[in-house]
Amino acid sequence: MDVTLLFLGKLADVAGAGELAVPAGQSLDAVLAGLGPELASALRGERIRMALNGALVSDAAAIVLEDGDELAFLPPVSGG
Amino acid sequence: MIDVRLLTAPFNPGALVGPFASAHPGLGGICTFVGEVRGEDGVEALELSHYEPLTLPGMQELAETAAQRFALMGILIVHRTGVMMPGEPIVCVSAAASHRRAAFEAVDFAMDHLKSDSWFWKREKRDGAWRWIEPRADDHSDLARWG
Repeated sequence: MDVTLLFLGKLADVAGAGELAVPAGQSLDAVLAGLGPELASALRGERIRMALNGALVSDAAAIVLEDGDELAFLPPVSGG
Repeated sequence: MIDVRLLTAPFNPGALVGPFASAHPGLGGICTFVGEVRGEDGVEALELSHYEPLTLPGMQELAETAAQRFALMGILIVHRTGVMMPGEPIVCVSAAASHRRAAFEAVDFAMDHLKSDSWFWKREKRDGAWRWIEPRADDHSDLARWG
């Protein structure tokens, strides 16, 4: 099985898709490095939050992506 | 009664508010806000996307917070996702309370938090082109009112 990356809001436009499957067993850095510089830079933005399997991530450095995981990248919400 | 819904199809707020009011016999006041897609500035459509595992639980938590903070008898929060046309309802918040001020304030509180602190992303279509809506400075000051 793979890891599913989900891109919310305008991140989906940068990625060119709402989701992407990548191989499991990689660190977050390794996954991002494989996505190309433009998308990796957008996903590393300081205002981008992450949710792993539906729960907000407080320590991104500790993320290890296992088979079947879903990692969502959440840009700031749009507001009014 | 706390009633929180995330809908993917058009809805009629009146059809929800009537039963909600009836579910609270003895209430002192009920206040309802309905937000619709603005038809001005050449907006042709609005699309809301959300993230299921966070959006609905966040709305539920907001409803519980408002119910407790304003000592409500009940609160109804209904929000659309998907593509909407001008004039279509996006959101409906209704609060039932023993006294009017709690109902007014609870709806204001819930709307500020739905707008600025809930997991929704919006884009609008003008002249056939979609454009993402960015956070506004006002959103922060709207939230700051509530401490």
